[in-house]
Amino acid sequence: MTETIHSFLLIAIIAAVTASIRFMPFVVFRKDAPRVIIYLGKVLPHAIMGMLLVYCLKGISIFTGAHGIPEFISIAFVVAVHKWRHNTLLSLIGGTAIYMLLVQLVF
Amino acid sequence: MERKRKTIRYAFQASLPIMAGYIVLGIGFGILLQNAGYSWLYAVVMSIAIYAGSMQYVAVELLAGGASLAAAALMTFFVNIRHLFYGISMLEPYKNTGLKKPYLIFALTDETFLLVCTPNIPGDIDRNGYYFFISLFNQIYWVIGCVSGALLGNIIPFDTTGVDFVMTALFVVIFLEQWESVGKIAKKAAPKNESTDSAAQNTAKSLALRIKNGIITHIPAVTGLAASFLCLLIFGDEDFLIPSMVLISAVLLAARGRLERGEMHD
Repeated sequence: MTETIHSFLLIAIIAAVTASIRFMPFVVFRKDAPRVIIYLGKVLPHAIMGMLLVYCLKGISIFTGAHGIPEFISIAFVVAVHKWRHNTLLSLIGGTAIYMLLVQLVF
Repeated sequence: MERKRKTIRYAFQASLPIMAGYIVLGIGFGILLQNAGYSWLYAVVMSIAIYAGSMQYVAVELLAGGASLAAAALMTFFVNIRHLFYGISMLEPYKNTGLKKPYLIFALTDETFLLVCTPNIPGDIDRNGYYFFISLFNQIYWVIGCVSGALLGNIIPFDTTGVDFVMTALFVVIFLEQWESVGKIAKKAAPKNESTDSAAQNTAKSLALRIKNGIITHIPAVTGLAASFLCLLIFGDEDFLIPSMVLISAVLLAARGRLERGEMHD
């Protein structure tokens, strides 16, 4: 029983911290945000996407295992197909299928 | 009414890639939870109350390991601190969203942010409605994924290794879309040439200008990639996010003059 309570407290605290982080900018800048923050708000989305890409790929080790080759091939595929057709679903499904084939069958 | 239907349909179509990604990632979480010996009810509670992809994976470890509350709070802070950036980016777009605002902020995950940060919303779509339905649909997919993973996780008949690549692919696609959208603005911003110059000079000049504008407008995207990669090399994959955020902010603040001047044209 105490274990269940502890589990629920853990879930509650994780939920509370997550929500606090999400609400923080809106609470701190609830009046008019300074111009520098508005500027950051405009340019950050573009920078964040790069950061998230690196975040997704951080687990790759270049020197061991598959050397990141499946990731490289699949991303190159996604870029090429997306440049060609501009169809998001096609790029995603194609890229993921190729990645799954590569990691399951080739490497 | 017609506008609302259109908005819902538009939001649903935009959310389809996340449907695929979230159901897959959610199932992964559910299987992890089930293997750790927790009932599917935990999946319901966690996917509704926490609603954060990677953090829920970590949360399973925290639960199973019986972590202390302080350790869990600290861990959550470090894993989710990147969400600060999302809030800062959405301050203006979410400004006049009224009663929807608290839920929009609560549900601002990585993937929802992807769809709300730089959307090309057509004129006949209600912007605030788009934000709301994107947020809601995404959370529904997430809850469905988490719960079904916890309920039937281990009976999936085929090898799903690598299926989580769909999220990486989505980041690549959004990165490309953003890259091309600022490229278009840069092209439009290139001023018309003076007629006194010769044609050849004109082309050379406008090409140089285009390249210059192109470089400036891509500063944020390149900064994000390069700064994060540099920090990954220096700090390693466990600790690189916070230094990346600091470095990205510093570079973007340093480039503010240039970037804001470039923006005057749009």
